[in-house]
Formats: sequence, C-alpha cells, structure tokens
Amino acid sequence: MATGTPARAPIRWQVARLVERRVETPSAQTLVLEVPDWPGHLPGQHVDVRLTAPDGYQAARSYSIAGPVVDGPGGPCIEVTVQRVHDGEVSPYLIDVYGAGEPVEIRGPLGGWFIWRPEETAPVQLVGGGSGIVPLMAMIRARRATGSKVPFRLLYSVRTPDDVIYGDELRRRARDDFGLDVAYVYTREAPEGWRGEPHRIGLADVNTHGWPPDLEPLTYVCGPTGFVETVADLLVGLGHPSRRVKTERFGPTG
Amino acid sequence: MLSAGPTPRVSLDTWEFVIAAENGTEHRWSWQELMALPQETPMVDIHCVTHWSKLGTTWQGVSLDTLLDGVDTGAHFALAHSYGGYTTNLPLDDLRGGRAWVAHTFDGAPLAPEHGGPARLLVPHLYFWKSAKWVRGIRLKTMDEPGFWETAGYHDYGDPWREQRYQGD
Ligand SMILES: Cc1cc2nc3c(=O)[nH]c(=O)nc-3n(C[C@H](O)[C@H](O)[C@H](O)COP(=O)(O)OP(=O)(O)OC[C@H]3O[C@@H](n4cnc5c(N)ncnc54)[C@H](O)[C@@H]3O)c2cc1C
Repeated sequence: MATGTPARAPIRWQVARLVERRVETPSAQTLVLEVPDWPGHLPGQHVDVRLTAPDGYQAARSYSIAGPVVDGPGGPCIEVTVQRVHDGEVSPYLIDVYGAGEPVEIRGPLGGWFIWRPEETAPVQLVGGGSGIVPLMAMIRARRATGSKVPFRLLYSVRTPDDVIYGDELRRRARDDFGLDVAYVYTREAPEGWRGEPHRIGLADVNTHGWPPDLEPLTYVCGPTGFVETVADLLVGLGHPSRRVKTERFGPTG
Repeated sequence: MLSAGPTPRVSLDTWEFVIAAENGTEHRWSWQELMALPQETPMVDIHCVTHWSKLGTTWQGVSLDTLLDGVDTGAHFALAHSYGGYTTNLPLDDLRGGRAWVAHTFDGAPLAPEHGGPARLLVPHLYFWKSAKWVRGIRLKTMDEPGFWETAGYHDYGDPWREQRYQGD
C-alpha cells in the first residue's frame, strides 16, 4: 500500500478483470479485481466502476476498496465488496451477472479526505452501517498490516446477524488484533444471547462504544445517508469537534 | 454524498452572507436582508460527482448578479466558504450571467440542513460540490486557490459535460 498524497496526475480508466468472488452475506459479495497498473491507495479510498452496454450506454458507481493490495495469479489485485441494492442498476449486475475473467473499467484510487493514514497516532472510532463497513474494514486491515498500535473501536450496525459482512474475520480480529474492539447494533433481529432489543443506533450505543472526546479520537462514519446523518449528529452532540468526524455517505443525496 | 463531516446547524438569527472583495471591502447580508432582495426561481438540472443527475429541480434564491451588483472588483476567481469550514474555488465569471444563486428553497420547501440549508450556492452548470452547502460567503481573489474539495482531489473547474470530476481530468 502506498502512502502519500493522492495523485494530481489524471486518474485514467483502466480495464480490470474479475479473478475471484467471495460470498459475504446473502446480499453482499467481495470481488477480487486484477488491476495490472495499480498505483497503490490509502485505506478509505474508493474506485469508480464503469459498465458499458452493447449499445454504448454507460453507468458508473463508486465502491470502496476493502483492503490492501493483494497478489493475484496475474498481478496486483484490489478487493471491493458490493451490497445488492434492490432495483439497482449496477450492484445487481456486479453480483449476479458479472463473470470471472470478464473485463470491467475502473479508475482510482479516489477520495482524499475519508482516509486513515497508518502514521496517525490518535485513537480511532469507526461507525459503520450495512455496506458502510467496507472502507472501515480497509482501515482495520491496514492497521494490522502496518503494525500500527493505535487503539481502534468499531461499532457496526446491521439488520440481522446474517447481514454482517466480514463476520468471521471480525471475530478473529477482535480476538487477535490487539487493541481492536468490535461491537454491534442490530436493527431488526439480534442473535441469541444478545442483551437488549433490536433498535436503531442511538446515543447510548455511540456513547458506550465510542471514545470520549477528551481522548481526541479520529472518527469515521460510513453508511447510508440517513445513518451517517444520525451518527454524526450524535457525535457532535457528545462533544466531538466536527473536524474530527469524517463521513462517507453511500446514498444518493446532494 | 459530498459532505465530509457532520451537517452544520446554522440559526437564521445569526446567519449572514458576506462577499469580501480583493481590496478587503466586505458586503454583508443578514437573513432578512437576503429575503428582501429580488427572488428568482430557477428550474435546473443538477449533476453530482458520484454519478447521478437530477433533472428539472426547482429552487428559489437570489442571483449572484444581484449580490455582486454593488461590489467593486477586478478579481477573476472566487472562493466560496461555508459554515462548517468547507471551501470551494471557481472562476468569478461562472457566478455571473444568471448562472448562479444563493438558494434557500428547494421544491417549494426551506432547504434542509443535510442538503445545505439554510442556504447553499447553486451553480448548476458545474458539478454539485461547487454548489457549496451551508454557504456563508465568497472571497474574491486575483489568483485561483484550491478549496477543500479540490485539495481532496476534486477538479478545479468541474464541468459535468467534460466529466471533470477529479484533478487532472
Ligand atoms: C464514495 C462511495 C463509496 C461507496 N462504496 C460502496 C461499497 O463499498 N459497497 C457498496 O455496496 N456500495 C458502495 N457505495 C454505493 C454505490 O456507489 C452505489 O450507490 C450502490 O451500489 C447502488 O448502485 P445501483 O446502481 O445498484 O443502484 P441505483 O440504480 O443507483 O439506485 C437504485 C435505487 O436505490 C437507491 N439507492 C442507491 N444507492 C443506495 C444505497 N447505497 N442504499 C440504499 N439505496 C440506495 C437509489 O436512490 C434508487 O432508488 C458507495 C458510494 C459512494 C459515494
């Protein structure tokens, strides 16, 4: 993974190929894309993926990069995790139709604000809703990969236990990655033995599982627009300065 | 998207809009003063950098031509700044000629905070991050200076028809 500032040179479309797909949940899959000419990226950055129909119609969407560059059979690969949006134009195609070995256009890395630099020393609070976990997982993976000792807390909101993306890996990391805490909020259905009722994320959750403002944490909030609005407002209400709360809204608002 | 942090909440009692010319002269409007200016209702298409467009949206606001009318300037560039600290740069010409507004009403309702209320810049012929949310003022400049979004990798001009999304496009 390269460090440094995002490139100012043109970021060109290039052809990537699907080398592998992993089922994460009934509605989310990780796509491993081989990108021959990849300049490196920082955790939190995204790519734009562009599809072109036979008649020339194009559709492009943004997807967060899920972790450090991985080695593939034919060269460097990046991973993205796509959650199916019902009636969506691009996400159902990427999950149900797009096949191994097929080309897709991507450009990146993009985004120069919602990033975590491994040389940062502030404690980190991650709050994710649904597929908003993806760039946060990139930070968790980079933390371990770079040997960072910065304490991380993840608060992850999902509908049901079946909707947890990267569930096994998070369990393993919560045990093995020293200094990483993982907590969940279930909005529709909680696992057996979970204390409390399913509920939408609220002040008590953020207060209990977050760092107090006194520790001057860096906070990253990512997910559907409404989720991000709610959590960011709660954090400001708890006394976190706005400039320490970085957000990425996945939904379509201006 | 294109909000990088929590949504700022701005009270109308303390809201103000300030145009600062390059010679340091400041022109200020309170909320009441803004509302007392001639209002326009542009119907425009908007283009977000995250690949969606919304056609035929209706706004209400004050044209930048009206606001710049009494401002003596030879500047070529503008840096819009917002409550919450965001900035974005654009050529001053793009704010003139009936192409830019300080907008406070969207589809007939007061502009919600998460969409940039109480007021945002509306520059529909450029990508929507140039339409600074929570706008608080404009500094006129003789030299171009990249704003918050541009420093984070977005394009200095942002023409949707040329797909100028990112630096170097
Ligand atoms: C910076 C950034 C990073 C992103 N990273 C990821 C990622 O890592 N994984 C991922 O799965 N998605 C991610 N997204 C969202 C992604 O770009 C698409 O918006 C999403 O896949 C839906 O596209 P679509 O073409 O399937 O749906 P569309 O055809 O665009 O939309 C279909 C319908 O669903 C609604 N809709 C659109 N997006 C969402 C959403 N996210 N949730 C609920 N409803 C929606 C639309 O308003 C519309 O009504 C990211 C978005 C941004 C801006």
